[in-house]
Amino acid sequence: MTQTIARRFQISTLAAHLVLIGFTLLALAPTLLVVMNSFKPRKEIFGAPLALPSFETITLIGYDTVLKRGDILHYFQNSLIVTVCALFFIILFGAMAAFALSEYRFPGNRLIGLFLVMGIMVPIRLGTVGILKMMVSLGLANTLFALILVYTAQGLPMAVFVMSEFMRQVSDDLKNAARVDGLSEYTILFRLVLPVVRPAIATIAVFTMVPIWNDLWFPLVLAPGESTRTMTLGAQSFIGQFITDWNAVLAALTLAIVPMLILYLMFSRQLIRGITAGAVK
Amino acid sequence: MGKLVLEGISKRFGAVEVLKTVDLDVADGEFIVIVGPSGCGKSTLLRIIAGLSDQSTGTVLIGGQDVSSLPPSKRGIAMVFQSYALYPHLTVEGNLTLGLKQARTAASLIAERVAEAVRILALEPFLKRRPGELSGGQRQRVAIGRAIVRHPEVFLFDEPLSNLDAALRNQVRAEIADLHRRLGATMVYVTHDQVEAMTLADRIIVMNGGIVQQIGTPSDLYRRPANAFVATFIGSPGMNMVPGVAAGGVLTLAGSGRLPCTAAANGAVTAGIRPNGFEVLPAGNDGLAGTLIGSEYLGAESFLRVRLTDGTVVTVHEHPDHGWLIDQPVTLRLRPCNLHLFDAESGLRIAEGPDAAPQPVAARVA
Repeated sequence: MTQTIARRFQISTLAAHLVLIGFTLLALAPTLLVVMNSFKPRKEIFGAPLALPSFETITLIGYDTVLKRGDILHYFQNSLIVTVCALFFIILFGAMAAFALSEYRFPGNRLIGLFLVMGIMVPIRLGTVGILKMMVSLGLANTLFALILVYTAQGLPMAVFVMSEFMRQVSDDLKNAARVDGLSEYTILFRLVLPVVRPAIATIAVFTMVPIWNDLWFPLVLAPGESTRTMTLGAQSFIGQFITDWNAVLAALTLAIVPMLILYLMFSRQLIRGITAGAVK
Repeated sequence: MGKLVLEGISKRFGAVEVLKTVDLDVADGEFIVIVGPSGCGKSTLLRIIAGLSDQSTGTVLIGGQDVSSLPPSKRGIAMVFQSYALYPHLTVEGNLTLGLKQARTAASLIAERVAEAVRILALEPFLKRRPGELSGGQRQRVAIGRAIVRHPEVFLFDEPLSNLDAALRNQVRAEIADLHRRLGATMVYVTHDQVEAMTLADRIIVMNGGIVQQIGTPSDLYRRPANAFVATFIGSPGMNMVPGVAAGGVLTLAGSGRLPCTAAANGAVTAGIRPNGFEVLPAGNDGLAGTLIGSEYLGAESFLRVRLTDGTVVTVHEHPDHGWLIDQPVTLRLRPCNLHLFDAESGLRIAEGPDAAPQPVAARVA
């Protein structure tokens, strides 16, 4: 009896893992293809796109082109500035708004919450024309600041939504004890509540940073100038109407993955630490 | 110094009145316990005293000073919470000192206060640990220590024992009683457990539905409950409530028993009798006829459940080796001076007239 249960359990675990492995392969395949082909000469890319680069065919020509021609380091820097700043503002303002919504009773509390939920459902791109007009009249067109503002607005609704749910679970007693001890509301938020909701912050960081880094739309519309070009936009410069330097495009895309990977590893470690800290408490 | 006065405190959330006008005068050094079922407004009242929520009307005075508009940290109070509420990222020492540091207390004074709290609560071995590495009882002691170092005029306790297991609860309860004796500080303690209230309090405030039902010493409340709610809430097991009719100084109970009672009572009444107010006799004697339907053996005593002829079930205190059998018909005789009469409709205690039966001597002394 116990044996059959154990076996059934094994089979179901096996099935679950098969599905998960299959999905992982499916999700990774395009990325893998990009990375693989970035190390191959143009002929090989089209001749045998699925083959691994061999000793004879391996080449760094794509990377060579990218590093020589495009101002790739500058693009990198732009992307990094935009992503990190937007992320910082999203978490800062998101935490403050979430704290206000979850902690204080005031008229319009629910209405503001609903308004923010709508922000999750309505894509910000629908307002592109309005945003462009606004940025132009503010004199912010072709600045990184414009991108930071837009991405902050784009990420805030989700951040507020997730964090306010988490903050509702933070014990009232803890906050009240701090108030009795004379801590300000800001100190309570940043020193007591935020460390407790660290898993939520890590989740938000991971889920908002990737779309910002990968976005092509707003850099193209708001900041297409050479000095403000982001990585994804920079990679597009190798795609021409008639001739596309595929080596360079793939190399640029591969390079673009690296910082995201690093940031992700950073946050995911934080995420795990956050979860275990919660478990020990 | 540690005098606490509440004047006309009330609280409403929108149209809901969660606290009806409360007036209270707590003497310096008094231990006040606010007790009542959940949702009776006792925690709201404590939070208003602490300044953690605003009263709708009324004034809070601590040490003679109106603190109604001061933040919690400026009121001269310290609070101990049910869930301990220790700062998880700080060591025990950090937890003890944070409030004082926040108030920019001199380092030497902080050290002195911490040393005092550590000595009183025997916290020495834990100073460098974090709350996560402590047991429930230890955490609650640290929470109490955090209150002590503030040298407050009034200590506030919000169900501090509810998260502890039964054995630990008794121990920490005794520690709190000791602490009160040693510090001689004013304490306000909220609980839903009437045993804690009875054992700790100088005076108890019984609340129900946002209304103060009665304020008095434990023995006041036990011997002369102001209404049926207080009567059933205080004492364990609770007081038996038996419907009856009073007329001309005679009370007819549960269809069978006739008793002399105060002439002030007239018409439908509820008679309150504590489990130890009955004497169990074989069937056929004078008294309330009933059938034994259950018995709980507790070692030092037993509690019988007896169904009276009108269907009311009463709990009766009895010798542990009583020898009565389940389903056996019995008679319950009322011991003298154990009858409380309440108006059947309002639940209010019916005052004994001048011709009332004399109260037991012990009650007068108390």
